Amino acid sequence: MKEITLDAKKEKLGEVLDFIGSELDRISCPMKTRIQIEVAVEEIFINIATYAYPPESGKVTVKLDLEEDSTMCLTISFEDSGVPYDPLAKEDPDITLSAEERPIGGLGIFMVKKSMDDMDYEFRDGRNILTIRKYIGQK
Amino acid sequence: MDMNFKKNGEEMTVELGGRLDTTTAPDLETKLGAEISGVTNLIFDLEKLEYISSAGLRVLLSAQKIMNRAGNMTVRNANESIREIFDVTGFVEILNIE
Repeated sequence: MKEITLDAKKEKLGEVLDFIGSELDRISCPMKTRIQIEVAVEEIFINIATYAYPPESGKVTVKLDLEEDSTMCLTISFEDSGVPYDPLAKEDPDITLSAEERPIGGLGIFMVKKSMDDMDYEFRDGRNILTIRKYIGQK
Repeated sequence: MDMNFKKNGEEMTVELGGRLDTTTAPDLETKLGAEISGVTNLIFDLEKLEYISSAGLRVLLSAQKIMNRAGNMTVRNANESIREIFDVTGFVEILNIE
C-alpha cells in the first residue's frame, strides 16, 4: 500500500497522476487501461477539489494498492473530511439526449462507473472514502 | 496540450494533441471562443490526442451546440481509447465522428 496526502486543489491533479502513473509504469500497464484509470482519478480528484471543502481548504489522501497476482487488481481510494457526499447516489445522466438537451457536465462520475470494475463509497469517522478497483490482468 | 487552428474561409480545422483535461480544456474553450465566429464548418482533428476527460467532452459539446446553429462540426481521427469514451458517454450519437 502506498499513499499520498495533498491539498484538495485542482492544481494538485498533476501530482496525483504522477503518484498513480509511477506505479502504472512499473507494471507496464496497457495504454487503454491506463487512460481509463487516469480519467477516473482525474474525475474523482477534481470532484473532491471542487466540492469537498470550498470556500475553505482541506486535504485529500489517495491510497493505492496492487494485487501482484494474475488479476493485477488495482485499488485506489480517496479520503477527505469535507462535506459528506456520495457520488454514487447521483442519478446517471441520460446519454440518449440530443446535443441541445444535454446539460454541460454531469458526465465525470458516470465515466468512472463505466470504466472501472468496481466502485464504492462509505462515510466513516467523519470521512468520505471513495474506492475504485480495476483488474489490469485477468479478472 | 497542443492546439493548432487552421482557417480557410468559413472552414476551421482544430488539431489537438496530448491531453485535453481539467487543466487544458479552459485554454481550448477560450481560444475556440475567440476563433469560432463566422465559421460554418468546424473540424476537430484528434489524431494526436491521447487523452480526454469530462472537462474536454464539455468543450466538444458546447462547440457542437454552437455549430448546430452555425453549420457543421466533424470530429475525425480519434484513437481507440477516445472512441471508447465517446461510446460510453453517448457522444457517438451527438457528434459527427469520422
